[in-house]
Amino acid sequence: MDLFDLIGPVMIGPSSSHTAGAARIGLTARMLLGEKIVRAEIGLHGSFAKTYHGHGTDRAIVGGLLGMPVDDERLRDSLRIAREWGMAYFFHVVSIRGAHPNTVRLSITGESGAVLNMEAASVGGGNIEVHRLNGLQVNFTGKENTMIIRHVDIPGAIANVTGVLAGKGLNIANMQGYRREAGGDAMIVIELDGVPGEDTLEGIRALPCVQGVTFMRRRSDL
Amino acid sequence: MDYTLREWVGLARLNGSISEAAVTIQARESGVTPQSVRAMMRHHLMCMKDAVQNGLDEKLRSVTGLTGGQAAHLLQRLRSGQSLCGTLLGKAETYALATAECNACMGKIVAAPTAGACGILPGAILAMMEERGVTEDQAVEAMFVAAAVGQSIATQASISGAEGGCQAECGAAAAMAAAALVYLEGGSPQQSADAAAFALMNLLGLVCDPVGGLVEVPCVYRNVGSSGVAFTAADMALSGICCPIEPDEVILAMKEVGDAMPPSLRETGEGGCAACESIRERLKMIQERA
Repeated sequence: MDLFDLIGPVMIGPSSSHTAGAARIGLTARMLLGEKIVRAEIGLHGSFAKTYHGHGTDRAIVGGLLGMPVDDERLRDSLRIAREWGMAYFFHVVSIRGAHPNTVRLSITGESGAVLNMEAASVGGGNIEVHRLNGLQVNFTGKENTMIIRHVDIPGAIANVTGVLAGKGLNIANMQGYRREAGGDAMIVIELDGVPGEDTLEGIRALPCVQGVTFMRRRSDL
Repeated sequence: MDYTLREWVGLARLNGSISEAAVTIQARESGVTPQSVRAMMRHHLMCMKDAVQNGLDEKLRSVTGLTGGQAAHLLQRLRSGQSLCGTLLGKAETYALATAECNACMGKIVAAPTAGACGILPGAILAMMEERGVTEDQAVEAMFVAAAVGQSIATQASISGAEGGCQAECGAAAAMAAAALVYLEGGSPQQSADAAAFALMNLLGLVCDPVGGLVEVPCVYRNVGSSGVAFTAADMALSGICCPIEPDEVILAMKEVGDAMPPSLRETGEGGCAACESIRERLKMIQERA
């Protein structure tokens, strides 16, 4: 256990789960999309749907979507800032079967028209788990250096990707593969000990089976 | 790192103190130097000071308006020399409330161990700096003692109100602060562990019953009361009173009590203070207006 989980994080109140975790969910979605967001549909489930106003969950998620970290004092005014920065946001109450009580379902559109769908839960102490990404069931926290590779499910796809990482001397701490059906859209989520350079990301993007690569630095470095 | 209080006391024997052991292990596990681990904690201490300053603003109000600006009243009473608790504890309580209100009003705070219980540790540490000449370096070491105690509680029981009630939040925070106070007064690692146990023992059974599910009432006031518990627990341990129960067992007892709590008293905003008509009505009116 990290001692800075006991004294820390430094955050905007009032709740580590309903405010800090909510901001982190927004920020994670913003980093995964990789560009400025122009439109966000925000679905709140469970406890989030009930108490979002008093806890500032709405402002926290919107702030995160605008790129603000959990200790950014602008989180308080994020709804106004979103209007200034041209991000339209819409809140809905949703009910997701079997989901964690603090779950957010996001559908965001970037300035290029790119769309990202994500479902994530705030699981306590400001920690989050991403449970769905663009229709695929996943499970990662963003605490570690995380690389997400969208690819076509063909034999050797994973070996090609890990081959590039091995060639750059990057160690894999944890890896998970997800797919909807054999031969269809698939995703690899890799947690790395090190930080890959732009050349590594380009090397993976150049693989014929790969459709897209995103990398997020581990949270303690941000 | 997952250590019991007994193991921390053992590690202190090998490393010289609980804080030295905690810094060494934290540095090793996160792959950085002990200096940068200490620098990070110093940064957290500075954020705590800022939170107190912001929380003392009498014009501060939360989104609902239920809390904010009340720490300024305590400060006024303290300054007039009327505080029944005296300067040291009076200051700790004032700063605890200021931090908790800063949190309730969407200000920047340091979770310790949670946002709901964020006032107790900084109140104790900052009051000791102002009233007892504790230096910044000593304060940083004391925060590592507190973090070590928090880790023992988090891994053997819980620090989440939704899981274990407020005893797991304000109880854990008071235990952390008590152990830090003992360290600052030159007590032994065993006395720190005993003080943590005394604090936890005094808050055992405390339920989590936030009005409207919000971190406001009774949360901010419990930060004040728990500060008092931290100081009295530290005084007992420093006077030479030994905790008659093994400190880790008190943590396990806290878990058992938490498990036995009905869901209505575990952060659902249904029972206890949250069920009281007078404030429910008031909150309803506020929310209808919003």
